[in-house]
Amino acid sequence: MTDKTILKIEGLSKYYPGVKAIDHLSMEFREGEVHALLGENGAGKSTLIKCIAGAIHPDEGIIEISGEKFTSLTPQQAKEKGVQVIYQEFNLVPQMSCAENVYLNERTSGLIVNTKERSQKAKKIFEDLGVDVDPDREVGSYTPAYMQIVEIAKAVSRNVRILIMDEPTAPLTVNEVGLLFRIVKQLKEQGVTIIYISHRIEELFEIGDRVSVMRDGQYVKTLNIGETNRKELVDLMVGRELTESYPSRKVDLGEEVLRVEKFTGNGVEDINFTLHKGEILGFGGLVGAGRTELMNVIYGANKLESGQLYLEGKPVRIKDTADALARGIGMIPEDRKRTGVFLRMSIRWNTVISAIKRISRFGIVNRKKEQEIADYYIERLRIRTPSPDQLAGNLSGGNQQKVVLAKTMAANTRVIIFDEPTRGVDVGAKQEIYQLMNQLVEEGHSILMVSSDMPELLGMSDRIVVICEGRQAGIVPKEEFSQAHILDLASGTN
Amino acid sequence: MGDKFWKFYRKFGSYIILAAVFLFFALTQKAFLKPANLMNVLQQVAIYGIVATGVTFVMISGGTDLSVGGQVACNGLLMAAMMVYWHIPVPVAILLGIVAGIVLGCINGAIAAVLRVTPFVITLCTMLILNGVALVVTNGYPIYDMPESFLWFGQGWIGPIPVSVIVLAFVCLIGWFVLSKTYFGRNVYALGGNQEAARLAGINIVKMRIMVYGLCGLFTSIGTVVMLARTNSATATSGGNYQFDCMTAICLGGITFGGGNGNMINTFIGVLIIGILANGLILMGVNSNMQQVIKGFLLLFAIAMDAIQKRRAAGD
Repeated sequence: MTDKTILKIEGLSKYYPGVKAIDHLSMEFREGEVHALLGENGAGKSTLIKCIAGAIHPDEGIIEISGEKFTSLTPQQAKEKGVQVIYQEFNLVPQMSCAENVYLNERTSGLIVNTKERSQKAKKIFEDLGVDVDPDREVGSYTPAYMQIVEIAKAVSRNVRILIMDEPTAPLTVNEVGLLFRIVKQLKEQGVTIIYISHRIEELFEIGDRVSVMRDGQYVKTLNIGETNRKELVDLMVGRELTESYPSRKVDLGEEVLRVEKFTGNGVEDINFTLHKGEILGFGGLVGAGRTELMNVIYGANKLESGQLYLEGKPVRIKDTADALARGIGMIPEDRKRTGVFLRMSIRWNTVISAIKRISRFGIVNRKKEQEIADYYIERLRIRTPSPDQLAGNLSGGNQQKVVLAKTMAANTRVIIFDEPTRGVDVGAKQEIYQLMNQLVEEGHSILMVSSDMPELLGMSDRIVVICEGRQAGIVPKEEFSQAHILDLASGTN
Repeated sequence: MGDKFWKFYRKFGSYIILAAVFLFFALTQKAFLKPANLMNVLQQVAIYGIVATGVTFVMISGGTDLSVGGQVACNGLLMAAMMVYWHIPVPVAILLGIVAGIVLGCINGAIAAVLRVTPFVITLCTMLILNGVALVVTNGYPIYDMPESFLWFGQGWIGPIPVSVIVLAFVCLIGWFVLSKTYFGRNVYALGGNQEAARLAGINIVKMRIMVYGLCGLFTSIGTVVMLARTNSATATSGGNYQFDCMTAICLGGITFGGGNGNMINTFIGVLIIGILANGLILMGVNSNMQQVIKGFLLLFAIAMDAIQKRRAAGD
């Protein structure tokens, strides 16, 4: 890291109707540093990076890159100044080869693309990065970790000076995170500035040089990573004292609620477990181990090939999702925005959609009941919104997740599947979701929870089923909980 | 133009176009505002207003139906043949025709849902098939001379109002009611808003798709009854360009392709815009070929305004 400032933001503001997404923001980024941006969802991080990348135009302020001042940038200008962004949703064409993706959008001299030369150039970049990626293989056949490396290679091929990474470790497994960090450090040594956005505070201590905290669209503070700690950062983010722990609850396991025997289908094989009343049964494993697939089968969203499901001891066959809901099984899907909420519909609409038949008479929706249900859940789940008519798409991640929970609870479910309950949810809302889960089990509900967040898995579960490559690697009772033990089972080392 | 204008346009865009078209003809054409002429406008839009109600459901559910014209042609021939050749009583013929319409619609929906192919392509196929069948069966000859009692649906009056307009009003009301008041309506929006989320929210999307197209078939067959009674003849081409006329009206009314938004009022306004435009241009002496050009430009204008408005709302 040098002391040279490469990117300077001065008084930058961006307003949307009713919201100041960022508000007179000023900060500096140095050449060759890993500069983390930290803030709850809705703090304005995304808006800031979009302004820097030229994807949106700020209303006020100046962006200065390598000494050149801009009041707003076009995506083209940003690229010319060496700004590259790797968004959470990759910008790759899965059917094309890695090399083709690296040089996508690249102008060619002449009409014909020299595939061979490109392939060789891409290979060189991958070698320089120290990764084993086949430039001629289809991107879509790689795991998300490698897709991310292709994105990085793409940035490198365009002479990146400022690389912005939005939650890069979210889709990665533990080993892959190590690989990513190694590449980030290497780029840093080459003088590339990395702006790093992550909700996982721990990893900042491993990879970051400095960290800037944002809150409600405003700049709070910049700190050297070496001179701060997790608690200080969390306090700065939320602007209030916050106990970041897992709320305890009275565990009182009741009778058997749900049991699966020799469950096979949708990529999982021979799964056996029992869920009790009032229990949170956690599911651990590496990303892609088949946990989500298993949940989808239980919920009736995918076909069961063989095996048997028992509800309260009676064998049942779940025909489809409607059948699952009717039998009291609900699911909060992994991908909230794509499959959880209806973004363009109101909170009220979302809340009752799974219960819509029940609150209708002769096919006509009872508006009064609908309003009551929506008001009840907004209050109970503390969904922060000016009105139930607010579109779900306008809510922060945490509040959206609460809307999905409301939708599932409103359908009178007794067994709720939480697939990654707090992914992309900020620290404050996380706590609230944990407390809600505790309340649910104390009231006699039962929960199946898939989580890739190890502290969450250990902190919330009563027992943990570990899945490895579609098979059950073991069931770990609370007394034997330890990160090492779970990881051990998950990576199939025994 | 300022933010205020666009906010206003976002809410009332289609109303503005309707008002503009209405005012333009009211001010330039003396005959336009006469009650008889205004009633004439409604009578002219009745048939495809009815069909457009069905297409509205399909479009809100995220689909399209290119086959409604073919359905009108085939169903019209079937009903006409039942009454004229086979002397089936009028009420029975109508009932069977409507059942046939529902079945045709359900077939569209079932193929699209089971094969998981975009409805656009499936209904393109059924459009070709139905239009072709109509030509093959009739060899191009029309069936005419429906029973007198049947013609009442297209040509009769109740007091000062044509029966066809009453049917239109009735159908629009039912459409509005089902879409905005029933849980079936909710599920239509869910399906169009996000099909996968709808499935995970416990909605049987295959069944819904079939029902939505079945409903479209139902409304289309009601439109067919009015068409048949009004023209007193069934030909292979009497379905005309209903699919495109309906889509034009629905888009002008402010419902976008992709689904999940809009309501019956949008469709009704769109239908009125097209009706007034056609009527006013005739009064002005503009020929029908030129009318098409103007309709096209108006739709392009409406879509452009909508796109600009959306981009501004997205903050760009």
